[in-house]
Amino acid sequence: MAHVHGLRCRECGREYDIAPIFTCEWCFGPLEVAYDYEAIAAATSREKIAAGPLSIWRYADLLPTDRNPAVDLGAGFTPLVRADRLAAELGLGELWVKNDTVNPTNSFKDRVTSVALSKALEFGFKVAACASTGNLANAVAAHAAHAGLRSFVFIPADLEQGKVVATAVYGGNVVAIDGNYDAVNRLCAELAGTYPWAFVNVNVRTYYAEGSKTLAFETAEQLGWEVPDHIVVPIASGSLLTKIRKGFDELFTVGLLDAEPQLRVSGAQAAGCSPVATAWLEESDTIKPVKPDTIAKSLAIGNPADGYFALDAVRQTGGGLAAVSDEEVVDAMLLLARTEGIFAETAGGVTIATLKRLAQEGIVRPDERVVVYVTGHGLKTLDAVVGRAEPTAVIAPTLDAFHEAFPPDTMQD
Amino acid sequence: MAVTVRIPTQLRELAGGASEVSADGDTVASVLAGLETAHPGFKERLFDDGGQLRRFVNVFVADEDIRFLDGVDTPVTEGQTVSIVPAVAGG
Repeated sequence: MAHVHGLRCRECGREYDIAPIFTCEWCFGPLEVAYDYEAIAAATSREKIAAGPLSIWRYADLLPTDRNPAVDLGAGFTPLVRADRLAAELGLGELWVKNDTVNPTNSFKDRVTSVALSKALEFGFKVAACASTGNLANAVAAHAAHAGLRSFVFIPADLEQGKVVATAVYGGNVVAIDGNYDAVNRLCAELAGTYPWAFVNVNVRTYYAEGSKTLAFETAEQLGWEVPDHIVVPIASGSLLTKIRKGFDELFTVGLLDAEPQLRVSGAQAAGCSPVATAWLEESDTIKPVKPDTIAKSLAIGNPADGYFALDAVRQTGGGLAAVSDEEVVDAMLLLARTEGIFAETAGGVTIATLKRLAQEGIVRPDERVVVYVTGHGLKTLDAVVGRAEPTAVIAPTLDAFHEAFPPDTMQD
Repeated sequence: MAVTVRIPTQLRELAGGASEVSADGDTVASVLAGLETAHPGFKERLFDDGGQLRRFVNVFVADEDIRFLDGVDTPVTEGQTVSIVPAVAGG
């Protein structure tokens, strides 16, 4: 039984019953699930979690659905990788990479989709839908197929081929829109008012976003129920960063942590789509939408709905933001792969490049325990590194040819 | 100058359940003022106490976000569509 007592507007505080609604009817502010933390504290324990499934559903007491797990492909419980080589390159100390490239459809979107579609079944929806920059499309198409739901997935027409194929393969309806993500999103907001479909990031977004908290839960559990000093999280809509921070706070609220989190939060954006970073750099309270132009398409949301909350989190915790160039993004993808054996998509390149910048600026420090969130797999955005990752040599199948390419006297180690 | 205003689900009750209404005006501000006159209640939902559009309210003229144009001073012409859309997250 979910320990939830309703929904609450993050802007004006108005309360609502549990329903497939996502914005406050009064002020249009985003709604958030309101939990009964005393009931969760009584129900959960480190031992109970440790005995649970190796997926996000080990934290079911802190998630907003009664159907645990109704739609489950095994999302979550991804590796937290100690990244000493990368740390050395960046002049940092204890650095960890939360490697969410290894989820069922190779991005963190499997977490939110599993929660959203479980809740959608609870509400009685028969059709799953989403607006997506690609990763969510993959996740919704796959989870809908697994659950036997029809699906409609709306994407910008210029998306990476890998993401289009990895959505269409699951047999749902893939609708490519002649426009950017913000245009796709707007169409979906209007469609959600027209058809009785579960748009995971529109009318069931309130529940969907809660799935992101599991990234905080896992990180803390994997660190022996401790909280990092500093986290670096990519910003698209701003929801992921906001919810990861919320997840750490909730662990303390329900008694799973011994000490209150003293967490610094930093955010990563690409220069071609950096409305939140721009507001931070300009010390502005207004987040002005932009028209995205970056290779990091999964972060290319020009009008980030939770941007204000992400900005607040960075300001309140003394973190930082950066907007990195596409060239830095590709360099960082190669750096992460070369130093740690983790092949991230372009969004991961944005995050690692931002980490590098923040380390150079002294905002992320060598005396901190740092966790960086890598949220999607590089095979989905191969085009970004084509030409930068090639065979070392192309040779005839002879020993002589090998020796010519790699002279024996250079092969001592 | 008659334009079409698309009303999001959350505000349709104020317009008798209609998803679209006709309104007069030559700027977004005057169209929204006309909307308030015809269907009282819109103003306090769309604007904050300081008279600014609430930060989670998006307004589009002919499919362009007015924050890329002249905000509420953006001109509208005969037959154009003004859409009121709540901010949506995720990707």
